[in-house]
Amino acid sequence: MLNLRLYMLQRLTALLMAPLVLGHLAVMIYAIQGGLSAAEILGRTQGSALWFTFYGTFVVAVSIHGAIGLRSILHEWAGLKGALLEAVMWLAGIGLFILGARAVWAVTFA
Amino acid sequence: MTRTADIKLRAHPLWLAYILHRLSGLALAVFLPFHFWVLSLAVTRPDQLDGFLTLTEAHVVKLAEVGLVFLLAVHMFGGLRLMALEWLPWTPSQKSLAAGATAASFLIACLFFLKAI
Amino acid sequence: MQNLRVTIERGPDQPNAQREFDVPAQANQTVLDVVSWIQQNADPTLSYRFACRVGMCGSCAMMVNGVPRWTCRTHISKVLEGDSVTIGPLRNLPVIKDLAVDMDPFFDKWVAAEGVHHGALTRDDPIAPVDPAEAARGQADAGIECINCSVCYAACDTVTGNPDYLGPAALQRAWTLLNDSKDSARNAILEAVSGVGGCHNCHSIGSCTAYCPNDLDPLSAIAGLKRETAKSFFKRGR
Repeated sequence: MLNLRLYMLQRLTALLMAPLVLGHLAVMIYAIQGGLSAAEILGRTQGSALWFTFYGTFVVAVSIHGAIGLRSILHEWAGLKGALLEAVMWLAGIGLFILGARAVWAVTFA
Repeated sequence: MTRTADIKLRAHPLWLAYILHRLSGLALAVFLPFHFWVLSLAVTRPDQLDGFLTLTEAHVVKLAEVGLVFLLAVHMFGGLRLMALEWLPWTPSQKSLAAGATAASFLIACLFFLKAI
Repeated sequence: MQNLRVTIERGPDQPNAQREFDVPAQANQTVLDVVSWIQQNADPTLSYRFACRVGMCGSCAMMVNGVPRWTCRTHISKVLEGDSVTIGPLRNLPVIKDLAVDMDPFFDKWVAAEGVHHGALTRDDPIAPVDPAEAARGQADAGIECINCSVCYAACDTVTGNPDYLGPAALQRAWTLLNDSKDSARNAILEAVSGVGGCHNCHSIGSCTAYCPNDLDPLSAIAGLKRETAKSFFKRGR
């Protein structure tokens, strides 16, 4: 259920995310030293254009990547197709984007 | 065809790499909305966020975290393996790539585990 | 060993048909020999398909203990579990009766992938030279020994979940033609393998390459198509 355009979007967002995932893993390993607190997270991210760009890009890419991935799984394993499959893919993508954008906004400029 | 026969058809390294990639991706997609919701507590309910973050000190939650880090690492390395397989003409070494991806993921998850405890 | 215990998987539409058979063991015996013995000596109503018996025609493929195989070139000793073997119709294709499946979807997809020769010359033109040392010719040569047996198609989990998917054999044919200097329809082939059922549905599970009886490598052929279509995506924007 993937045409060339969806395939390329899937691969390009993956390539974009590869360094972001490595960065995210590194930050996590660093940040959990001595426990997590809201103040610590916000101290790092609040007002930072860099973290906003980092996580903002991450959220956009993962929304696209996750929605297309779910599309393949739902077609192959749950038999969804046609307009329903399209609708669920868009819903997943937009849902992930809205939730993700809210989270990025919350820890940076809110 | 019986269930054991279905397993036999699939008992080769690339099928295992495929199922690992698919299940880790699915699990991450299910986890992400929850992850985003917790972070947005920073604005809506700051006290709740801290309450949640202290939860992460519990051993069960820590174990779940290691699992999530493993999923993320295994999905990324598995994806890089897939793109190397598709876009670089490296086919004879695909099996060692699959193995290397899993090994590296384990390494990262273990590193996280060691630092976390 | 005196007898082989053979289970034939027959459809639920034949509830009274015999499914278990004792077949005399021979020193040299293929899976096809076993099926033929049953049809000739035990149950003449058993339907199956074969023609050449030497691995050329691609008509005798069946599921043997859950794995798709060319039965005429598979020695029974290679697949026996103890003294038992289970033989069923090929996976991913509609069953006509017993061990005979309808191969139409398989061949229709072969054509849908533009797996047909697209010539540009007439009989009056000189014969186009083919350089066997050329890299593209090497790619084409790697895939042209396909006998259309559908073993790869039966092995493919992506075909199982996604009935529109063209499958490994058809896509490998498209790849050989894309690399054939005598074929003139490059863009039509790229177009045909980029649609909803095209090469981009492949998850590189690799069961096609693992089970191809001729040791061909459809997985790499499909990866080649992904590379070429990705290049054309950047060049042509689609």
